[in-house]
Amino acid sequence: MSGTFLGTPAFPTAAKAALEDSQLRRNLAHATGTIRTKRAKVVGEVDEWEQLRLAGEAIKNRVLRHLPDYLEQLERSLTAAGATVHWARDAAEANAIVVDIARRHATDEVVKVKSMATQEIDLNGALEAAGIRAWETDLAELIVQLGDDLPSHILVPAIHRNRAEIREIFLREMGRAGRPAPADLTDEPARLAAAARAHLREKFLRAKVAVSGANFAVAETGTLAVVESEGNGRMCLTLPEVLVSVVGIEKVLPTYQDLDVMLQLLPRSSTGERMNPYTSTWTGVTPGDGPQEVHVVLLDNGRTDVLADPTGRQALRCIRCSACLNVCPVYERTGGHAYGSVYPGPIGAILTPQLRGVGHDPQTDSLPYASSLCGACFEVCPVRIDIPEVLVHLRSQVVDAHKRERRVPSVQDLAMKAASWAFAAPSRTAAAERAAGLGGRLAAKLGRTAPGGRPVLGAVPGPAGAWSDSRDVPVPAPESFRQWWARTDGGRREQEESR
Amino acid sequence: MTRVGLMVTCINDALFPDTGKAVVTVLRRLGVDVEFPAAQTCCGQPMVNTGYLDEAVPLVRNHLDAFAGYEAVIAPSGSCAGSVRHQHGLVAQRSGDPGLVRAVADAPPVYELSEYLVDVLGTEDVGAYFPHRVTYHPTCHSLRMLGVGDRPTRLLRAVRGLTLAELPGAAECCGFGGTFAVKNAETSIAMGNDKARHVRGTGAEVLVAGDNSCLMHVGGLLSRQRSGVRVMHLAEVLAQTEPVVSADGRAADGRSPGTDLPQEQGAGR
Repeated sequence: MSGTFLGTPAFPTAAKAALEDSQLRRNLAHATGTIRTKRAKVVGEVDEWEQLRLAGEAIKNRVLRHLPDYLEQLERSLTAAGATVHWARDAAEANAIVVDIARRHATDEVVKVKSMATQEIDLNGALEAAGIRAWETDLAELIVQLGDDLPSHILVPAIHRNRAEIREIFLREMGRAGRPAPADLTDEPARLAAAARAHLREKFLRAKVAVSGANFAVAETGTLAVVESEGNGRMCLTLPEVLVSVVGIEKVLPTYQDLDVMLQLLPRSSTGERMNPYTSTWTGVTPGDGPQEVHVVLLDNGRTDVLADPTGRQALRCIRCSACLNVCPVYERTGGHAYGSVYPGPIGAILTPQLRGVGHDPQTDSLPYASSLCGACFEVCPVRIDIPEVLVHLRSQVVDAHKRERRVPSVQDLAMKAASWAFAAPSRTAAAERAAGLGGRLAAKLGRTAPGGRPVLGAVPGPAGAWSDSRDVPVPAPESFRQWWARTDGGRREQEESR
Repeated sequence: MTRVGLMVTCINDALFPDTGKAVVTVLRRLGVDVEFPAAQTCCGQPMVNTGYLDEAVPLVRNHLDAFAGYEAVIAPSGSCAGSVRHQHGLVAQRSGDPGLVRAVADAPPVYELSEYLVDVLGTEDVGAYFPHRVTYHPTCHSLRMLGVGDRPTRLLRAVRGLTLAELPGAAECCGFGGTFAVKNAETSIAMGNDKARHVRGTGAEVLVAGDNSCLMHVGGLLSRQRSGVRVMHLAEVLAQTEPVVSADGRAADGRSPGTDLPQEQGAGR
């Protein structure tokens, strides 16, 4: 369990390594393609999908407008229902709270429901440092944990693994963590699931403390909700005596009624199902039923910084469905590890830099650029986060931060300044085009002809290599459109000449 | 008469002037006397999308000056039309100049070519003739930022002689993405190669799109791969008409179907 994203290189470098991994490319193309098709089908059958998206957006926007009020209401409701509420400003505070609770119950292990918030704060690492083993019980998280791997997807953290690889991990590692996999294990999905089921069952029955996140937290009632597919969550939420839930402060919903919208949007967007197999809700402590000690850790960890940014705050609407990952052409090819964060893909590219802050390290600053701005993510987002808009906004923050810091402008700074100067006045643009046209005449002599008759250049040395290594380069036209228009009066003189 | 300005876009101006000429040809054929305000330069999208908002401010001002007094602006690019519609406001706000914010809000509407032809002129058949098998790639910004929908393919289906082959995975990005193409060249090429593979699978001779920037990327790959597939802007297909047969019996431009305006062939100028 030593997995860490620390030390991941900037996105272009990390992506290059991933793009060369043929197994990864195949696994991802297959998995994202399948889930994309499923999602499109179940979304297509809902006539009022757009209205649902608008409603989801509106609910989340209301939450963000009145976040302090709803959080305090949530605290009151939870306390009244017998839960203990903790406030954590950052990862260290949240981890210390959970470690302390586990220690008070003198346990050396906890079972975990899949949770992005606890991934974000590396709770497992903090627990391990305190001598407490955290057992992931979600099948994909189990695969990642047993394989000493890192999650590469929000919903399916082991999406980069195929079943042959999973079988090998189970055979090799399960015995070290508890009940071993049967020696005759095959890579049939049912056999793999059965091995995980037997392996996990003893942990469910033994554990005193469970740790979860929450998909939603209802301020009005103090109800927390977890949606899942495997039933492992239900086991964790009901069997142990103590339940600790680490919940990002943006997860609050005003009323129980709001679940109506969210529970329609989430499963269709995430797993491509009409309804997820297990929806667990709990409201504090129910005497004689389920955990008798319930804690809720409300986590900030950078979220209030995100909230302070009028353009960037829409990222806090995210319900972690991962539809944007599955549809993203960049993610499909690079996989999640290249993003160097527990939040990969398009949402990660806008959330991670905001949670960490830009202008501090090149890896984080490379994330807003890890997109072709194709807009497919915005199109599928169930809460209508305009991810391309936020990406562009964050790019400007990266540039601004570097401009403030750098004494000497970068090559890119100079290029953009030069282009801005040349395009600020048409006379300069025309002069630049004449120069390019002259270069183009020369280049056309050196190049060859592309299908259709245009002259192109092949691989060019120097910085142009990034383009021309794989793509032919168009040669500037000897006469620009603007020159042609002036020479022929918009083609009128040319037309007369040809008569 | 409505004053209509052609926003040719900087990339077409310098690299693909034939596309600009083709727009003029098509619009004149349909009775629109389009003007070319020579004061125009670039919409500023390269700066905005790379994060250089301050550097885009003078370009937005220049765009507003260049097209002041026009009632409609037509751009043969979904991406640049989208930039004017969706990004100029952001740049103006960044400038902190309320006058610029107001001027952007009051600027003449910008139409992508297929929007203008289908929505404003109400035309799908522009009188074109192009007896070739083509496939069409809907560029991301025309599809998702502008929502041009099936307007380009309606125009293509009305072209006489043209066979339109459906492109598998058409809505997926080709991987160009402006500076993305060089900042993340490896990923961009991986995306582009998949697009090129789909294009080749259609058996089309010509890949058509409404943005020359994307075509420069996919076309650069197709040409490097010696695929034999050429790329053409939608406007250039729509500009093609029946060959004008001259007295000596040869087609006017000697090679392909003619246009109303003599088209210069790339290399031989």
